[in-house]
Amino acid sequence: MEITKKKDGGALKIALEGRLDTSTAPSLEETLSKELSGVTDLEFDFAKLEYISSAGLRVLLSTQKIMKNQGTMKVKNVCPEIMEVFDITGFSEILTIE
Amino acid sequence: MKEQVFSASIDCLQDVLSLIEQELEAVDCPMRTTIQISVAAEEIFANIARYAYPESGGTAVIRIEADEHETVIRFTDAGIPFNPLEKPDPDISLPVEQREAGGLGIYMVKKTMDEVTYQRDGLNNILTIVKRY
Repeated sequence: MEITKKKDGGALKIALEGRLDTSTAPSLEETLSKELSGVTDLEFDFAKLEYISSAGLRVLLSTQKIMKNQGTMKVKNVCPEIMEVFDITGFSEILTIE
Repeated sequence: MKEQVFSASIDCLQDVLSLIEQELEAVDCPMRTTIQISVAAEEIFANIARYAYPESGGTAVIRIEADEHETVIRFTDAGIPFNPLEKPDPDISLPVEQREAGGLGIYMVKKTMDEVTYQRDGLNNILTIVKRY
């Protein structure tokens, strides 16, 4: 999985490409743990993300919990396959999806 | 039909998924279904890799039968007896503060597959998933 990040003051944009799964979720977790401090506006771009498993959901959930206390978090460009996973797991209710 | 033995380790996950995706591609399984089956297989294999052999390592045997209408995948391990289907489903209606990530994997498997069955056979855990399309 490719992680592209762009930080501009309190705004952080993270674009993911490939699969967010058991093997790759730890690298996203690591990126976030380094970058999230001071971020008030977090945006994920999933345009090139093909696939998400529960390991990926785990990272999104813990990040959403952090961002609830320090700002906003949005997920953009979610493909139908991943949207289905969000619907099944109730994540479409707890995430802000655009 | 293909059957292969893997070391029960997260390092083997990509090989497991490659085997399954190869078989599904050979029968022209729809893309959306292929993704659902891959996610389910990942959840089950990751569970085996994490919990089946707490003391020392072990193996998992994966057997896949795919045709143009359905796919059946059987996961066999000789680890500690564990039926993941007994776990209560997560409450997906809770607000974000109270949500926990545990149990989501198996819940997704139950929701996306047509059949999920567990069997303890002698020293083996056998989990079988069936997906029709």
